[in-house]
Amino acid sequence: MSQELLDLIAEKINTLQGADTIEEAKLNFHKPMIILASQNWDLNTVNVLRTDEFLQFDFLSCVSAIDYEEHMEVIYNFYSTTLDHYLYVKVKTPRGNPVIISLEPVYKAADYMEREIYDLMGIDFTGHWNLKRILLPDEWEGHPLRKDYVTDKKALGLD
Amino acid sequence: MELKGIKGFDQSEEYDRRLLEDVKKSVFFTKVDQLKAWSRTRSFWPLSFGLACCAIEMMGTGGSRYDFDRFGVIFRASPRHADVMIVAGTVTAKMSPVLRTLYDQMPEPKWVIAMGSCATCGGPYKEAYSVLNGVDKIVPVDVYVSGCPPTPPALLDGVEKLRQKIRLEAKGERVLKG
Repeated sequence: MSQELLDLIAEKINTLQGADTIEEAKLNFHKPMIILASQNWDLNTVNVLRTDEFLQFDFLSCVSAIDYEEHMEVIYNFYSTTLDHYLYVKVKTPRGNPVIISLEPVYKAADYMEREIYDLMGIDFTGHWNLKRILLPDEWEGHPLRKDYVTDKKALGLD
Repeated sequence: MELKGIKGFDQSEEYDRRLLEDVKKSVFFTKVDQLKAWSRTRSFWPLSFGLACCAIEMMGTGGSRYDFDRFGVIFRASPRHADVMIVAGTVTAKMSPVLRTLYDQMPEPKWVIAMGSCATCGGPYKEAYSVLNGVDKIVPVDVYVSGCPPTPPALLDGVEKLRQKIRLEAKGERVLKG
């Protein structure tokens, strides 16, 4: 069941973007997961995931990000409330200039989650209507959950 | 009790023996400061500054099992009613100016109890980027209650420590932090 869904998703994205779009497609704890680069991840693909008759991923349950030292990754957890199936999408982006399209025009739930990722990891979501800090003060410098962030509490006036 | 304050009273001609008994039963002498301190220790009205899991323990202390009310400790929702601030939880960089404002809004006399490791010294978030390492960086703290979170008996002990401190200070003794 999940393998068939995974094949279907991979086929849909490959017809949309070209044959080698998906870097890796596999089952992650029996749920389909695809890994792709940020230049192949666009709103067109997302719209297909949301509206396609056999996919119907209408619920974005979580967006999270990881700082691997050589690149950064954003992970989207999709769920279909009508067809009851899941999809994980990992989008890779270079660490020097991390840019990923915003899913906010398609999924309103992405609004705050993307702001939080921008705040703590410094990933730029293009197309977000209001991309500014959500947790930290506006005048904060740097993005504290990056691996190379140096926490100096004396300089911050906290120690 | 010796009637030291009224010298020569028992030698005077109008002295009535029965009066001495009455005085011994119903009069005692103290300083106004100590009387004020005594009355203050019997009615702490804390500003409940619950910020994290310590707040749950503070609520537990206020509940029927430990019953803060029997010590005259009644939680107030406004800083203008309160004379004790129990800082229960993690104070973040964003919260610290709010904490200082609320402390400034409390009428004198006022005291602060730092409850738990976070309010005392930063606790498990000592190295975190957003947490203030101890509430004593922004307000003067009278009593530190250790624990993560402290149990209700520990908080009751902290309140008792504050009482002792207020009584001793009213007697003119200097009380060190502890």
